[in-house]
Amino acid sequence: MVYEVPKKDGATDPEVAGNPGGFPLWEVFIRANRGLNHVHAGSVHAADAESAVQAARDVYTRRSEGVSLWIVRSTEIHASDPDGSDAWFGSEHPYRHPTFYELPDEVGHM
Amino acid sequence: MSSDQAVTTASTPEEHFDAVIGSGRTIEPRDWMPDNYRSTMIRQIAQHAHSEVIGQQPEGNWITRAPSLRRKAILTAKVQDEAGHGLYLYSAAETLGISRDEMMEMLHSGRQKYSSIFNYPTLSWADVGAIGWLVDGAAITNQVMLTRTSYGPYARAMVRICKEESFHQRQGYEMMLTLANGTPEQKDMAQDALDRFWWPSLMMFGPPDADSVHTEQSMAWGIKLETNDDLRQRFVDMTVPQADFLGLEIPDPDLRWNSEREHYDYGEIDWDHFWEVVAGNGPCNRERIEHKVRAWDEGQWVREAALAHAAKKRDSETEGAR
Amino acid sequence: MTPASDTARVDTAAVDTAPVDLVLAIADDNLIVAQRLGELISRSPDLEEDIAIANVSLDHLGQARSLYTRAGEIEGRGRDEDDLALGRDERDFRNAVLVEQPNGDFAQTMVRQFFLDAYQVPFYDALSSSTDESLAGIAAKAVKEARYHLERSSSWVVRLGDGTDESHQRTQAAVDTLWRYTGDLHERPAGGETVVNSGVAPDAEPIASTFDATVRSVLADATLDVPEDPYQRLGGRVGTHTEHLGHLLTEMQWLHRTHPGAQW
Repeated sequence: MVYEVPKKDGATDPEVAGNPGGFPLWEVFIRANRGLNHVHAGSVHAADAESAVQAARDVYTRRSEGVSLWIVRSTEIHASDPDGSDAWFGSEHPYRHPTFYELPDEVGHM
Repeated sequence: MSSDQAVTTASTPEEHFDAVIGSGRTIEPRDWMPDNYRSTMIRQIAQHAHSEVIGQQPEGNWITRAPSLRRKAILTAKVQDEAGHGLYLYSAAETLGISRDEMMEMLHSGRQKYSSIFNYPTLSWADVGAIGWLVDGAAITNQVMLTRTSYGPYARAMVRICKEESFHQRQGYEMMLTLANGTPEQKDMAQDALDRFWWPSLMMFGPPDADSVHTEQSMAWGIKLETNDDLRQRFVDMTVPQADFLGLEIPDPDLRWNSEREHYDYGEIDWDHFWEVVAGNGPCNRERIEHKVRAWDEGQWVREAALAHAAKKRDSETEGAR
Repeated sequence: MTPASDTARVDTAAVDTAPVDLVLAIADDNLIVAQRLGELISRSPDLEEDIAIANVSLDHLGQARSLYTRAGEIEGRGRDEDDLALGRDERDFRNAVLVEQPNGDFAQTMVRQFFLDAYQVPFYDALSSSTDESLAGIAAKAVKEARYHLERSSSWVVRLGDGTDESHQRTQAAVDTLWRYTGDLHERPAGGETVVNSGVAPDAEPIASTFDATVRSVLADATLDVPEDPYQRLGGRVGTHTEHLGHLLTEMQWLHRTHPGAQW
């Protein structure tokens, strides 16, 4: 939940520097008890595969939802759009668009 | 032309985007989107995530002092869920091309904000109940609406969040009910909490419509369905009977039912105070951020160690493979 | 206490008392570590860890609650989980002194957890054969949680021990500081031998051996040294705690004790 968080008069978003040296991102796929397929559940940040699995278990199966867990480095996912609207792909990168856009003053209520 | 036809016959990226929005389908990470949609969504989702994470602090303040083991367990689970919800939302925002670390930096430096309700201290156990009752009560309609928002990853994160919320939505009100029906000291505690959290909860909904930037675009993109004043009125109408049932008095001498409007009239909000809190001068703004920054800074060596160990393992695996 | 060979003439008083204190000891181990972990929520190095620590805390709290309920039944004085957890004084707590040690830095938190987990896995494993069926049931469920805790905490000890120079130093310091409190894990409240003979509680020695093997193996993987000082600070199982417990209980019990008889 979030409610109106208004911008201060004249405040702008400064540019943000590029990629930080943080933990890599991993996508998490879970096959629930008696489920047929692994389903994308979200992502976690972790230093390596072992801790990614542990983190995913703690974050996404806290309520004993899942049995089988897959984690995949986000950069290893290659995708296509099933809708066939190939012409409207905005990005060359498979899953992430790395550029941050500045929020112009006059746009949005936040 | 049907909305589906509009999608398939669109001949420019802008037309396709507009058609998808108009049809109620979702925009997905790889779709073309206008720059201001991307940046507005980033800001919206990030601030939602920040609110969840900052929200851990006022409630988490009472985990170690919970008055029963059952309450300790419930509160720990709730505060844990807030971290989880923040994480799901950061994940969704990251699909738009910003990293979690960047969003953390923007929170820490004040460039991105969080819901103002969390800038007030929890001074008694009853405050935990008041926050749960008032804030979760306000969240109900908004969260359901957001499960239908236009950006796919945000909508799906909200579905997950809503499922988990149902466990917690009643906890705060039940706490207040127990206190209001308890010892005289407990009832006083509950009334005192309501006295301090009532006006901040009305301010959660933001400035009056007259002072709010034009929100037509937010509505079109499915991140807002009603105006601030409408949401605020709906909250008052829902909450006053709940307070009556508790036998507690809302600290507003101008509060009364208006049979013509069929809504509650309520008193004037102190907008000067509101803008002060937004500007960072509320009772806890600095402490909330300092707490987060401290946790982050103190964790630096831990994160570095994890990365260093991961690198060592990779190197030894490469060695072994030769 | 009756000698181990003399099982025919069991001292009734010792058998009546010992099981309650034994159950309380296990419950207190879990409650106190849950309380310590609860202090860390919203303060972890990242969100994933915050969520994970909360999970461990909730597991321990759940185990404590089941055990307090069982202890109350055995005791037969009508005390419930809150009376036992939030109404007893320091000298009546039976947790091992290890769990009351402060969180310190993240290394100290993880090393404390690792030592506890390395004990709880073989302990609960053995306890799941207890002749007290209720205890056996609780232990059978708890051992699964303990195994996951051990996997997590030993991963962290290795990551931190064999990470950076800074993490290595901090983790070695944590091991050096906490080692002297690990012996208390294997101690039993007074009357413990009788309880072993009746089959209620497992024999401490095999558990201590498994603990030792696990600890040495993981510390070796973590490139950490096992402390050589043989000194062990005992006493938690008979209520002679370190000075930390009093402060912890003050915070934990204050609100409950300020409003006696109130419902929450």
